[in-house]
Amino acid sequence: MKVMTIVNAVNDALDIKLGDDRNVIVYGEDVGVEGGVFRVTENLQKKYGVERVFDSPLAEDGIMGTAVGMAVAGLRPVVEMQFSGFAYPAFNQIISHASRMRNRSRGKYTTPIVVRMPYGGGINALEHHSESMEAIYGHIPGLKVVIPSTPHDAKGLMIAAIESNDTVIFMEPKRIYRAIKQEVSEDKFSIPIGKAKVLSKGSDVTVVAYGAMIREVQKAMIMAKNAGISVELIDLRTIYPIDRETIAESVKKTGRVITVVESPGSFSVASEISQIANEEAFVYLEAPPKRVTGFDTIVPLPKGEHHYIISPEKIFYEIERTVKF
Amino acid sequence: MFEKYNPLDNNMLQVIDNDGKIINKEFFPNLSDDQIVKAYRDMLFARTADLMIVSYQRQGRIFTYPPNYGQEAIAGAIGANLKDDDWLVPAFREMGAYLAKGATLKELFLYFMGYEDGSLFKNAKNIFPMSVPIASQLTHAVGVAYELKYNKKDNVVLTVVGDGGTSEGDFHEALNIAGVWKGPVVFVVQNNQYGISTPVSVQTASKNIAVKSIAYGIKGIKVDGNDYFAMYKAINESITIAKKENMPVLIEALTYRKGAHTTSDDPTKYRTKEEEESWEEKDPLLRLKKYLISNKLFTEKEEEKLISQYKKEIDRQFIEAENYPKYPLDDVFKYLYEDMPADLLIQKNNHEKFLKWKENFVKN
Ligand SMILES: Cc1ncc(C[n+]2csc(CCOP(=O)(O)OP(=O)(O)O)c2C)c(N)n1
Repeated sequence: MKVMTIVNAVNDALDIKLGDDRNVIVYGEDVGVEGGVFRVTENLQKKYGVERVFDSPLAEDGIMGTAVGMAVAGLRPVVEMQFSGFAYPAFNQIISHASRMRNRSRGKYTTPIVVRMPYGGGINALEHHSESMEAIYGHIPGLKVVIPSTPHDAKGLMIAAIESNDTVIFMEPKRIYRAIKQEVSEDKFSIPIGKAKVLSKGSDVTVVAYGAMIREVQKAMIMAKNAGISVELIDLRTIYPIDRETIAESVKKTGRVITVVESPGSFSVASEISQIANEEAFVYLEAPPKRVTGFDTIVPLPKGEHHYIISPEKIFYEIERTVKF
Repeated sequence: MFEKYNPLDNNMLQVIDNDGKIINKEFFPNLSDDQIVKAYRDMLFARTADLMIVSYQRQGRIFTYPPNYGQEAIAGAIGANLKDDDWLVPAFREMGAYLAKGATLKELFLYFMGYEDGSLFKNAKNIFPMSVPIASQLTHAVGVAYELKYNKKDNVVLTVVGDGGTSEGDFHEALNIAGVWKGPVVFVVQNNQYGISTPVSVQTASKNIAVKSIAYGIKGIKVDGNDYFAMYKAINESITIAKKENMPVLIEALTYRKGAHTTSDDPTKYRTKEEEESWEEKDPLLRLKKYLISNKLFTEKEEEKLISQYKKEIDRQFIEAENYPKYPLDDVFKYLYEDMPADLLIQKNNHEKFLKWKENFVKN
């Protein structure tokens, strides 16, 4: 066991997979010499050489398109989008090819690509550095979308992502990149993609969240406890394929569900969870499924970001309203 | 000029050497002594501000900032060449050009302190806000050029990108469309040798960046970006033919980013001290100052005086920015649409209800 942050854990997972599979290739902007602007790929070039870990030209669509080519030809590229807000040039390749190649070729070709991208707000950043666009990826048929909330999960899910024969969008909550430290096994282990995790058992209301929002929900749960409300917290961990079963089971038990996401609310993962609750547990519901989300606005620059960011108080406020409904 | 400095030959337009001596009379720009002194003062102002912003950042009074240090001659020459009705479509490392266009330092401070209001450039005409997604601004400039041509305006649009940006598809699409449509557009590539940690040799196998113009059927030239006179001349001639012949031009301005990529970057990770030192004698301010002093247009004493005067002015604007009013909730919502959609209004009202509840909650 070793104490790791999410940064360390992803690095460790990459290290393990580079070590046990020579088809794994890691590249992107500034990932080689510098080891990434967040240091997630630190030392990997030194250890595995420039043929396997390298800096690409500043060209996201090129990075993604070459990854599709590499993958079809038999490699397992792990590419980095420096920030999720700069992945948009790569959209063409993600939507038009990476997500469709298997279906188009009737299974002859696969695209085992991992697209890593730091995402999310709360870090006092410049424009385009704070968005949470997971719903967009969740909406694209053919992609898996993974978001860890702890170092342990980050490592296990990253190993699973690299070993997956489908393209995985691996979104890293940069707000908690270094904020959470945890003992993580140094051995190779993986966590199945598509499985949510019940973090705390409770009986009054189910709260579903992921990424940096987990910590905020946990703060709200202290307030809830003081108010005598018992919360069941589910860490979704995978946006798609979504774990219907775990959500349904919990909502049937509590009769109430709140989803907390930092993205805009309309057409969000929260909308999807609400609908799953409606479909799977309608007769058990004692209150309308609730979404606690960012506004349908651009994330404000740092001086206005406090308006946008979801506070533990806001989460508690909605928990209380839902329970009292 | 374009024939003589054919990018295929890899020649670079240079007018003064590192000692500020004229080595290329033919291309010395048509500038009065007063204009030259003003150019130096403007660059000095930009540099003083730039260095002060980095120290404000270290004091925690401003967020991430991309220093211009070492690249001031490019922005200075852009600023001196653009008229009020000309358009500037910037990236984010051209302070002198924004200021010349009429943006204020206070606005730049506000932007980097985290207020969208800093993008307003209230009294500046025809300038786009800064563009953070690399190279995405370049096609905007081609669109502006279309309008200028369509309405037969006697103006130009100038846009800026870094060497890293030339790797993006957007760069190639912009040059290609400009070549096909023709129009009064000048592209300036600030080749400061790095895109964050990535050297230009990782971005392109071309022998220089200017050479890329040839394939797109537009004009191109490589210029010493640390030589104010060469930059002024190149931009000036480019604007002339862009306007007269609707001929797009690509200028590669060779320079060096003396500072970090941004205040969160550590260049010691990817470049050597020796390399950094080798650029010292090519510093754009140093070279222009040597020219001024040897032509008795300026003294070190004056510089000292100017710097202390500038520092006061910069600090005054900074403190004004620090005392800017709080960011109201309304500002998150009100600029997205011409009329606020009903659904957004509900979101805002609900949030206000929550805030009222929170006041009580926190009290109890
Ligand atoms: C599309 C896009 N990808 C990545 C980034 C992150 N990023 C910010 S600046 C930068 C390097 C830019 O290098 P260059 O174009 O040479 O300009 P410079 O910063 O040197 O002025 C990168 C990769 C971004 N802003 N936009």
